[in-house]
Amino acid sequence: MPVVIVDGQEIEIGADERLNCIEAARRAGAEIPHYCWHPGLSVVASCRMCLIETGQRDAASGKITMMPKLVPGCQTPVKDGTVIVTKSDLVTSSRARVEEALLIDHPIDCPICDKAGECLLQDYHFQHGQAERRADLHPFTSRKRDVGPTVTLFVDRCIMCTRCVRFTREVAGTAELMVTSRGAKEEIDVFPGFPLDNKLAGNVVDLCPVGALGDKDFLYQQRVWFLKREANVCGGCSAGCSIYTEHNQDTVYRLKPRENPHVNTWWICDEGRYGWHHLHDPARLVEAGRRRPAERGRPTEYETVEWADLVVRLRDDLTRAGRLAVAVSPMLTVEEAWMLCAVARSIDPQAYLAVGHLPTADSDETFPGGFTIRAEKCPNRRGVEAVVALFDPAVHGWSDLLAHVGGGNADAAWITAGYPTSGRGPWIDTDTAATFANLSCLVVQDMFDSPLSQLASWRLPAAGFAERAGTWVNVAHRAQAFEQAIRPPAGVWPEGRLFWNMLGRRGLYDPSAVRRQLAESASLAALAGEIPAHGVDLRIHQLA
Amino acid sequence: MQPFKPVLLEAVGVPDGNTLASYKSRGGYAPLEQTLAGRQPADVVEMVKSSGLRGRGGAGFSTGLKWTFLPKDHPGPIYLCVNADESEPGTFNNRILMEDDPHQVIEGIILSSFATRASTAYIYLRYEYPTAWHRLQAAIDEAYAAGYLGKNIRDSGFSLDIYLHRGAAAYICGEETGLIESLEGKRAWPRIKPPFPAIEGLFRKPTVVNNIETMACVAQIARRGVDWFKSIGVPADPGNPRDPGSYGPKLYCLSGHVEKPGCYEAPLGITARELIDHFGGGVWKGRRAKAVIPGGISMGLMTESELDTPLDFAGPGRVGCLGLGTAAVVVIDDQTSIVDFLHNSCRFFAHESCGQCTPCREGTSWSLRMLERIKAGKGRLKDLDLLAEIGNTMGMMPGSTICGLADGAAWPIKNAIKKFRGEFEDYIRSTNPSGWMVTDPVPALQIVGAH
Repeated sequence: MPVVIVDGQEIEIGADERLNCIEAARRAGAEIPHYCWHPGLSVVASCRMCLIETGQRDAASGKITMMPKLVPGCQTPVKDGTVIVTKSDLVTSSRARVEEALLIDHPIDCPICDKAGECLLQDYHFQHGQAERRADLHPFTSRKRDVGPTVTLFVDRCIMCTRCVRFTREVAGTAELMVTSRGAKEEIDVFPGFPLDNKLAGNVVDLCPVGALGDKDFLYQQRVWFLKREANVCGGCSAGCSIYTEHNQDTVYRLKPRENPHVNTWWICDEGRYGWHHLHDPARLVEAGRRRPAERGRPTEYETVEWADLVVRLRDDLTRAGRLAVAVSPMLTVEEAWMLCAVARSIDPQAYLAVGHLPTADSDETFPGGFTIRAEKCPNRRGVEAVVALFDPAVHGWSDLLAHVGGGNADAAWITAGYPTSGRGPWIDTDTAATFANLSCLVVQDMFDSPLSQLASWRLPAAGFAERAGTWVNVAHRAQAFEQAIRPPAGVWPEGRLFWNMLGRRGLYDPSAVRRQLAESASLAALAGEIPAHGVDLRIHQLA
Repeated sequence: MQPFKPVLLEAVGVPDGNTLASYKSRGGYAPLEQTLAGRQPADVVEMVKSSGLRGRGGAGFSTGLKWTFLPKDHPGPIYLCVNADESEPGTFNNRILMEDDPHQVIEGIILSSFATRASTAYIYLRYEYPTAWHRLQAAIDEAYAAGYLGKNIRDSGFSLDIYLHRGAAAYICGEETGLIESLEGKRAWPRIKPPFPAIEGLFRKPTVVNNIETMACVAQIARRGVDWFKSIGVPADPGNPRDPGSYGPKLYCLSGHVEKPGCYEAPLGITARELIDHFGGGVWKGRRAKAVIPGGISMGLMTESELDTPLDFAGPGRVGCLGLGTAAVVVIDDQTSIVDFLHNSCRFFAHESCGQCTPCREGTSWSLRMLERIKAGKGRLKDLDLLAEIGNTMGMMPGSTICGLADGAAWPIKNAIKKFRGEFEDYIRSTNPSGWMVTDPVPALQIVGAH
């Protein structure tokens, strides 16, 4: 195995691993500061922050020969015997000078900068910078301009790492951003009439190591040090991108991509990035209600039912109604789906189980960098199918369910939905909803009002993606488990909690307990044990 | 000094010397015909290698050796880029060659392409040379018409197309990988090396980048032979194993405060004093030289006492200059302020820094702003230490930048501060009598644009 010597410490790397000095040093616990290098982008070696001393140890004699000059760690590959020195005086003074140079024209407006607190320029200045400013040049300018519908550029905060430019060229393939002018006058800009407007545009804000690119959606909303983050999974499409939900006091402020080499690498799409606003939409259903008997001349009214009562009364109503048909929404987690099926079968042992409505767009969209936005706009179709198959090997779909109910084979239906349709119109039209009009009991569990919920005898609120806990299985059969990030609006029980209680289980809803149970079946055996942060391939046992 | 008959500049002053007929009457294209008729590419490489020809663009790297870095048996295409982006201040030797004897250059390009098996050559011409542009294009057209360019030249099986590309006026396009990026239609940001252009250059294919004067030398070596070339110049220093010697004639661009500025051809190794006195007619107005730039401002400064330094590839380095560079000798007389000189130099490099690497982008601009402040009578002695630090830490040599532009920007700073520190101190003391000794930060001037 090749051995790399980082600050005197020997570390082994894989025989066929191609690491640069930054990656190798990180293995040894030494951080080489860098701005322009990003593992997902091409190497330009232009910020010169990662300059280090390197050398080569001769395999036979053990003699170390050092290179006479500094080299950029990002551009220098390591091999057996590579010596990396990250803490010498030469390196330290070089870093201090780069920091000093970057701050010559920087407005140093941290108090009003959104990046403050997670800014590399700040962090590195504290670690590597000089205490005293020698470049006593004034005045600073602080200009900003729009570069696109979602992104604002704070021109003078920019350190010209060109990560954003490379991202639009290499990953999004749209190349809106460019560098204009020369020398210290150069700036990031867009060509007039061609704004930064692509479906991955928000990533440039994450890539920006300083506060130059600001996300208009997040700008001035919250100081980053107030935010807490929870590792979540995006519910926007079947890609199931790993994300962080960043929130404070049960309010989500932004979503950030979470690095996952098996799913989304470093990126997420804008649809997912801004796809949390429905969580705080005032139009959300927040009360569990049972329809009052109709009264002439008055609109339909629901009496609010306490959740603890609901657990009993819902079961009674459904038992009384008779033959039950259930739509298991692909927005539910695997655990929730399984509990729903179990509840349904405990009410009616012959209950008809089907995967719920699958919202879809036209087609998958793949970008030059390999990132794909899926057409299937729900996160857990594969997981729900696997769960339903445990109860009924002939997995029915939504259209099967419509035919089943429309054919008069059901007396009651329980439709779980939870689609984030805020601002986009209901997921079901009036004609389709009419299929369920004549049932003696219709339970609809959804986030927003729809033609279907207007027919419901039980109208229950559903939880949003950050309010759930459990496991989603993405388009590539990768199961990712996540915890609840925020609490749902007051009064709402997430589906998991309701089903848990309806099953008569004790204590708080515990997804891992359900998962343990699920893992006993062969098709979901991969869910056994702790699920790693990057998820697990459901087919892993079948492949072996 | 020995009389020397110009070879590269043979056509200067000849009526219609830029035409094909005139060039052929002087023996031109005959070596090319002989080469195509009977020699192998490897023979031409060997000829250039054994001649000891070193690139005339500035770095002085062995031309033949550069050609041998191309991968063997590459399926192609291999490109030859001819660097005519002559932007180093004080330099105009390529311009004379392109304007007065373009066929000499083209013959050199054809021979070099034959040697490197390139079937496409690009001439990257700086924007500011309209005459060279017209004459070079006319000469290329003539060469096509005469069958020296195009498919299957002289039935040898060798084909070559030359494209003349006019740049958009940026100094950085003269850096070889910046030139390649610019030719590809991109922003001329020099590439990180390795890979070097010989392995992965233009359009990601093996590429040789050579200077116009180098091409003219190749044509002359083919015509006059390796022995003739090696009879001129300075042999290798036996005490320095890394010195391959400086052979051949060289075009020196003499400008500044001399009586007769111009482009003069002389053997490599002529001293600056000989050049100024013999060719330039001495420093103008009977004055003395205060300093001399040995090869374009990026090479730094020689003082009057260093004027006996031979202007070969190794000479200027011995007196603390960066090197011979483009052999553009600029004379600064004793009534010129070195503060003004350095201000001008910093202004140029701050304007021309491509802005890719932080130390160069910010260092050139910072040094300019310090010079502006010094010139405005607000200088302090501590500024000189800062300037020297910038000069010593910026560039490819300390490893802090990708390309050599920063070294070129740093050298005038550190040479000027080191060799003329007294003058700077006097200037600062006399222009800022109340503040020269201050060490606290003071508010600076309104920043003035480089233009």
